[in-house]
Amino acid sequence: MRHLLSTADLAREDAIRILDIAEDMVAVGTREVKKLPALRGRTVVNLFFEDSTRTRISFEAAAKRLSADVINFSAKGSSVSKGESLKDTAQTLKAIGADGVVIRHGSSGAPARLAAAGWIDAPVVNAGDGTHEHPTQALLDAFTLRNHWSAVRGVASTGSDLAGMRVAIVGDILHSRVARSNLWLLRTLGAEVTMVAPPTLLPVGSGSWPCTISYDLDATLAGGIDAVMMLRIQGERQHASFFPSAREYSRRWGFDDARLAALDTQPGRETVILHPGPMNRGLEISSAAADSPRSTVLDQVSNGVAVRMAVLYLLLSADPQRPGAL
Amino acid sequence: MSTTTYLIRGAALAGGAATDLLLDGGTIVATGTAASTHAAAATAEVIDATGLIALPGMVDLHTHLREPGREDAETVETGTQAAARGGFTAVHAMANSTPVADTAGVVEQVHNLGQRSGWVDVRPVGAVTVGLAGTQLSELGAMADSRARVRVFSDDGMCVWDPVLMRRALEYVKAFDGVIAQHAQEPRLTEGAQMNEGEVSAVLGLAGWPAVAEESIIARDVLLAQHVGSRLHVCHVSTAGSVEIIRWAKSLGIDVTAEATPHHLLLTDELVRSYDPVYKVNPPLRREADVLALRAGLADGTIDVIGTDHAPHPSEAKDCEWAQAAMGMTGLETALSVVQHTMVDTGLIGWDDVARITSATPAVIGRLEDQGRPLAAGEPANLILVDPSARWTVRPEQMATKGRNSPFAGMELPGSVRATFFRGHPTVLDGALNTPLAYTGAAS
Repeated sequence: MRHLLSTADLAREDAIRILDIAEDMVAVGTREVKKLPALRGRTVVNLFFEDSTRTRISFEAAAKRLSADVINFSAKGSSVSKGESLKDTAQTLKAIGADGVVIRHGSSGAPARLAAAGWIDAPVVNAGDGTHEHPTQALLDAFTLRNHWSAVRGVASTGSDLAGMRVAIVGDILHSRVARSNLWLLRTLGAEVTMVAPPTLLPVGSGSWPCTISYDLDATLAGGIDAVMMLRIQGERQHASFFPSAREYSRRWGFDDARLAALDTQPGRETVILHPGPMNRGLEISSAAADSPRSTVLDQVSNGVAVRMAVLYLLLSADPQRPGAL
Repeated sequence: MSTTTYLIRGAALAGGAATDLLLDGGTIVATGTAASTHAAAATAEVIDATGLIALPGMVDLHTHLREPGREDAETVETGTQAAARGGFTAVHAMANSTPVADTAGVVEQVHNLGQRSGWVDVRPVGAVTVGLAGTQLSELGAMADSRARVRVFSDDGMCVWDPVLMRRALEYVKAFDGVIAQHAQEPRLTEGAQMNEGEVSAVLGLAGWPAVAEESIIARDVLLAQHVGSRLHVCHVSTAGSVEIIRWAKSLGIDVTAEATPHHLLLTDELVRSYDPVYKVNPPLRREADVLALRAGLADGTIDVIGTDHAPHPSEAKDCEWAQAAMGMTGLETALSVVQHTMVDTGLIGWDDVARITSATPAVIGRLEDQGRPLAAGEPANLILVDPSARWTVRPEQMATKGRNSPFAGMELPGSVRATFFRGHPTVLDGALNTPLAYTGAAS
């Protein structure tokens, strides 16, 4: 693994390895001194062409806990906003001596271009590109799900996968890089996936995806689901006629109090509720659901740092074959 | 006119029997034994064409020569050099220059640049609407009456979307035997579109360009052409559904012709998985099923011609992210090889069909009287010699076009243009550019 560009091309053994190393990294995060020397003297550039405080902070914390030097490069207020190309930016980072680039970009495929175009030879981590993928989000979701699923099954989490787990991904699949990355990774790890969305928010061509497609959230939940992943919906979508109104969307596809209560009528299933954040409370998820014991939202945030530490460690450390040397 | 006499020996006419051709004064003066026994043959320069196929010089209804305005991407000089190397003796230059070719002045400028270059006939295409804006008809008659004698009108790059405006344009050009060449793209269905909408776009998260956006416009236009009794040409047909609609229209006797590009005959949207913008083009690369439907349509005559949609871009327009990249591919210097590879070597058509789809029919559509003619005594000496057994690897940096954006880069393709004769003068000899036809200052 030289770059992390998508989960579609992430091998199962690499995925499990990242999750296992992330478990070690969680342990680091619980120490009083939350720092490892693994990437001392190495420079990680957070190259963010899109606003994303949450993801950038998570990557920054991950790199710093590995003792890397971090340069935050935001497109706003930089030469990029004056028209500098991605190529020139990449070559500048190369000249500065970046050892790894974490890139968030509004254009699908920009990280793949950065990795393949020959502008820079450092490892590239995709921190979200357009409506393509967001692989570290999927990894932290998988990490969160694995903790839950292994506890339900009473097995050790290390080395395990998500075989047999039933996961529903609900919302704006069409515009969601989180949904795509999660689909591929969940399948790689053995979970069964149902995509639930209004038909307008499912991509043409998604019929061939390795998942079940549903327009009916209640029917999907009634069928027995171990985890529900709610996606952020942008209210502006109603202006492009993807749905008639935010209220109608919320009634049909939002995780509201009634749906939360319905979960309690399914004994034997410890269904958890995930959300990648930031949440629109009252739109795709009610406050009661977001704050319920079933919600893993804050676990996801803290797991995000550990997973990103694992990714940076594997891509950037001189000898990533020996995580035990931590 | 060329002052040298050429005796071409042993060329297979459109892939048929080998014969000799004597070219003199811009004309094929004799063929067969009459050529070698002709009085002028004694002093002629002899070209050994053993193993080569002679075809009429190719005629492209669809190129972007970028001049005036984007001389960094291409000039008429470099674009026509590329055309000659690719085996063309006439090209149409699309109207989306800067300024737009929507007046007699601009089309005469492009026409004049073509004459001065001397590599091929350059026939400017006139914009259907002022500034390609789709709201007001350009002075189509003035362009038709100009020295450029425009007969093909197109807003290519933009669709003449307004159905009333399209109807009027189709009707109006009947006054001077013109044709509207439509870029069929429903604009609302393709806002922000980046690639073919389907299984690949769903995975890549790129905004889709659905087939229906092309097919719905073609369906509307063939019905309009039928209603007003006009002729219509459909640029760069890219979907199986479009082929079906055109086949249906022709079965009703509607006067429609259609074009396919070489790249749509060979490449599919699977290539976009690399996010390499060299594969970004409009209309986009489609599915394998579309590629096969286009080939079948060409073979059965539903699709009439090959048009390259040669679209050179400076490297910075492609050396970037996919969404930021320009749309378009170069095509003049690879067209014949791709046609041989996809249509001839697959057994779908013969070389006589190649002459029809690359030369005879496009010349008729564009109303070019002295192009696309049979290779026979008394006809204009616009012809090419092709080595069908040659194989070569596409190297964009070695091309005559300024554009390096060839999607075929690195591919090995069959067939090589060994010579191009433009009005009896060899613009290409031994597979390399020779010299242009001398400019005499006379309007053609």
